[in-house]
Amino acid sequence: MRHLMSPMDFSVEELDKLLSLADDIEKNPAKYAHACDGKILATCFYEPSTRTRLSFESAMIRLGGQVLGFSEAGSSSAAKGESVSDTIRVISCYADICAIRHPKEGAPLVGSQKSLIPVINAGDGGHQHPTQTLTDLLTIKQKKGHLDNLTIGLCGDLKFGRTVHSLIEALVRYENVSFVLISPEELRVPSYIREEVLEGNNIPYKEVERLEDAMADLDILYMTRIQKERFFNEEDYLRMKGFYILDPKKMELAKQDMIVMHPLPRVNEISVEVDKDERANYFEQAQYGVYVRMALILTLLEVQV
Amino acid sequence: MINVGAIKEGYVLDHIQAGMALQIYSDLNLKAMKDCTIAIITNASSQTMGKKDILKVECPVGAIDLDVLGFLDHNITVNVIKNEQIVEKKKLKLPKQIVNVIKCKNPRCITSIEQELDQIFFLTDEDKEIYRCKYCEEKYRSHKRNKLN
Repeated sequence: MRHLMSPMDFSVEELDKLLSLADDIEKNPAKYAHACDGKILATCFYEPSTRTRLSFESAMIRLGGQVLGFSEAGSSSAAKGESVSDTIRVISCYADICAIRHPKEGAPLVGSQKSLIPVINAGDGGHQHPTQTLTDLLTIKQKKGHLDNLTIGLCGDLKFGRTVHSLIEALVRYENVSFVLISPEELRVPSYIREEVLEGNNIPYKEVERLEDAMADLDILYMTRIQKERFFNEEDYLRMKGFYILDPKKMELAKQDMIVMHPLPRVNEISVEVDKDERANYFEQAQYGVYVRMALILTLLEVQV
Repeated sequence: MINVGAIKEGYVLDHIQAGMALQIYSDLNLKAMKDCTIAIITNASSQTMGKKDILKVECPVGAIDLDVLGFLDHNITVNVIKNEQIVEKKKLKLPKQIVNVIKCKNPRCITSIEQELDQIFFLTDEDKEIYRCKYCEEKYRSHKRNKLN
């Protein structure tokens, strides 16, 4: 039995297989519509995350399975003081596979240790969110056709954004990948990403402060939100906030085949006018999130179609 | 050097960094070994270290967790004594895994709330002596490095 705790749990070969399965699901949804008949997915969400939970539930329902679960800790036995380990052990008796979201880092791993069914980490604090990374990889693969030979721009809060860290770690395993890291100085990627992941793997990268300075080089622009409170002072916020808002004028600087991605929700970092640009892919990205979760459920349940 | 009597069976922990013997005594929880004779020698002269500490512990062989000792300071020389003779000189290594020796300091880690969960750290970088929490991957430098820094 296998669990998914981190995107790095899968080798490059296993990842290729998973993404190919997701691709087949997208092309032939009817073929998979009953693949999980009689199976149950438990969504154990100790903190609210409507988007991730609904994506998991949609994935299971589209496979013909059913879902049960809770969407906040208050409505689970955690409110009575039950351990994660005990809760998941009990849920193992009710479901065939389980997705856990928890504010504490490592909670899904604790759940998996006593679980009788496969456990998927659906986000644990600031630690890992592997299905977001799988979603991002599938989006890149489907839109660009490959995961190697790419220049990826990552823009916004690169210090606290776990999706950005996981994506960098996953992409450095492919050939000829380079990064442009676009952020204010105080929100640059943590030193372990720079030193251990990028420099440690001899990956070319540069750090810039303005989106305009990077646009022309990029094959992919991955946007993230910068919260006002992340800036050290109001003056810096006012000076720099415009640097990280993607609008049609900045899009004019980009290649015609560049793609724009965003893990969502967006606030104002991508102007709504960009939605009309065919290079905007963030809503399709959410759709790919369902396909990749379907592929993941099939893989962990070892269902052959 | 002052003379401390030989031990029949047990360990002589030599080449402890000067001033660290009491810390090692505490971290190995030797206080709990109430039936054992223990000598703590500090600031002994050493050709290689200038000054060093030594711990002599009269106890059954196997009573000290050498994995823990390796984590505390892998440069310590462990002499295993039987019948008043050194029967083995053990070279310590940083253990690959340590259980319930240190606690994760990350307040967001599941170990801060889950009942009866072992505190497990894995050695992730032997050169830099870095351990990471099994659950949240919070970094912890080896005990000796922490003390030196």
